[in-house]
Amino acid sequence: MLQAPRLLPAGDSAMAVEFGDGIDVRINARVRLLQQALRAGAHAGIVEMVPTYRSLMVHYDPMVLAREALADVIMTTAGRLPEQVREAARTVEIPVKYGGEAGPDLADVAAAAGVDEQAVAELHAGGEYVVFMLGFMPGFPYLGGLPPGLAMPRLASPRAVVPAGSVGIAGAQTGIYPTESPGGWRIIGRTPVCLFDPLRSPPALLEAGDHVRFVPVGQTDYDAIAREVQAGTYRPASRTGSGGR
Amino acid sequence: MTVIAVLEAGLLTTVQDLGRFGWQQHGVPVSGAMDDWALRAANRLVGNDENAAALEITLAGPVLRFDGPGVIAVTGADLGARLNGRPMPPWQSAAVSARAELTFSGARDGIRAYLGVAGGIDVPLVLGSRSTLTRSRLGGFMGRALAAGDRVAVGECADPSWSVRRRLPRELIPAYGHVHTLRVVMGPQDDLFAGEGIRCFLSETYTLASQSDRVGCRLTGPRIGHRRGADIVSDGTAFGSVQVSGDGMPIVLMADRGTTGGYTKIATVASADLSRVAQAAPGDRVRFVQVGVDQAQALLRTARAQLDRIVREEAWKAPSAGIFEEDSGAPLAAPAYAELADALTVPLGPAAPRANTLCAAMPGLVVSVAVGAGDVVAAGQPLVVLEAMKMQNPVRAPRGGRVARVLVAAGAQVDGGAPLIEFEDADARRT
Repeated sequence: MLQAPRLLPAGDSAMAVEFGDGIDVRINARVRLLQQALRAGAHAGIVEMVPTYRSLMVHYDPMVLAREALADVIMTTAGRLPEQVREAARTVEIPVKYGGEAGPDLADVAAAAGVDEQAVAELHAGGEYVVFMLGFMPGFPYLGGLPPGLAMPRLASPRAVVPAGSVGIAGAQTGIYPTESPGGWRIIGRTPVCLFDPLRSPPALLEAGDHVRFVPVGQTDYDAIAREVQAGTYRPASRTGSGGR
Repeated sequence: MTVIAVLEAGLLTTVQDLGRFGWQQHGVPVSGAMDDWALRAANRLVGNDENAAALEITLAGPVLRFDGPGVIAVTGADLGARLNGRPMPPWQSAAVSARAELTFSGARDGIRAYLGVAGGIDVPLVLGSRSTLTRSRLGGFMGRALAAGDRVAVGECADPSWSVRRRLPRELIPAYGHVHTLRVVMGPQDDLFAGEGIRCFLSETYTLASQSDRVGCRLTGPRIGHRRGADIVSDGTAFGSVQVSGDGMPIVLMADRGTTGGYTKIATVASADLSRVAQAAPGDRVRFVQVGVDQAQALLRTARAQLDRIVREEAWKAPSAGIFEEDSGAPLAAPAYAELADALTVPLGPAAPRANTLCAAMPGLVVSVAVGAGDVVAAGQPLVVLEAMKMQNPVRAPRGGRVARVLVAAGAQVDGGAPLIEFEDADARRT
């Protein structure tokens, strides 16, 4: 039996709908299901909704929508959610060049995991990941599903500059930096794919609920894809299948 | 369309509207004006939609030159706005002429002023908003703060309403000061704080730190204790979330906040009080007082309703800046000119002696008449040149419209109050 959500006030114009307090595929799926159901309801006064690991932040306009009415809609909708996600999940393939200049922390991750760099790349690329949420910066995906042996704490001291496309590990999560930024994740590789382009619709390549697979590429393929990305002709391979959970 | 030329950049001047909504789920911060009430007021004062883009001016203002005539208003902080060297009354609209210069002599109350321009600042919409997020080089003017040499376009304005002055009633003009009592709604994670931590938060005084920016206002003061540490599984943030990280110091998350965060949020500042946070200067004192959600929403309704009290003064006389500088090229601004200008421009509208008639308010000699019956004229267009006080001065159309009749001819000596030009009905003004 899944926990009923808690409604937590986030001031006078937002409400957090919390399904749990852990990182869990089932909890995260409920968050997205609620978002989809509320979106389908097209309720006037809901400004936007932000799904995160374990809660849905609902931003609303209190001049249009009364808090009690919103709370009723949320609880009613949440009570009717299916136990399992039946959405067709999309799997997006992200080419990654592991190690070297593109992945300065690969050696450290390998040492901590007790395997060689090649094995880390294979392990990481062998995982099937779910986008739990986007946050931190435009288009940054938080991916769950990292093989447990690769989990590693953040750098004690964050780097001043992490290049765009860097693929990193932080704890049990992996993620991709869409744009250059300071950052403390352990960087094991880099993708030439553009994860966020404000002029693209939608601007973010990935969204919560998407599945991701990393595909190792060598420098030649990396460069070729980078040229296509530059030219605006690159389309990441993606396929839609049944979402399982 | 006119252009605002940036002669000096100031400390931090950015283009902002009410924000970029709908993309937080893609990790895109909302941005927008830090003081949304002041932005809404600025836009209403110049006849714009509340969400039109304006300039958010921080502490040390820029030097701006208007390349064409327009209507502007400055709201929010009192940064010492001066139009052509003379103090510009805040929280009310003003007509400016081509080559008018707006400068700022220094912050006197608050730290963020808003320059509203009739027609709005015209930069491309990015993800539905004109707001600038400098951190991601997104939106606004090329994704960055304004710099000297920039030329910022102003949008087309259907009716610049030269003859209409709008102003906020004096009693509604905020005095920000240096001590701020912020009403907060507790939660969403107040249950993760120790009782002593909550007591401390709601009773102690905090000081705004200088590291504050558009992302968040950092406060220092007595440590707010957690029950079991400050980290949570990341969840969403709100404008005004009071985040308390491991050091026990509160940060009020503001316009450019990250969409999600992994630290506990003890409370959320009431929307009606976010203006106070936005206008707080480093060193200011802050206290938090608990209110319920209903009360916070009532405060917001009151604050929004105050904007409806912006009054229109139809019988407004355009300021001198709109009269002389453009045609004579003379540097403006002897105070005496203002009175002359007032005398030379007589408004249309309810207070005019005859509806739809442009009159001379002081005696003078008609030097020339530039229009004839049937002509369509634009607001601000010179119609008649009247010689008075040994100066030739244009009498301008107070609004766009079609001329019905010309009631004077060159060479005529007219009295004050004499009708000069009659317009067709206001209904037909945009034919």
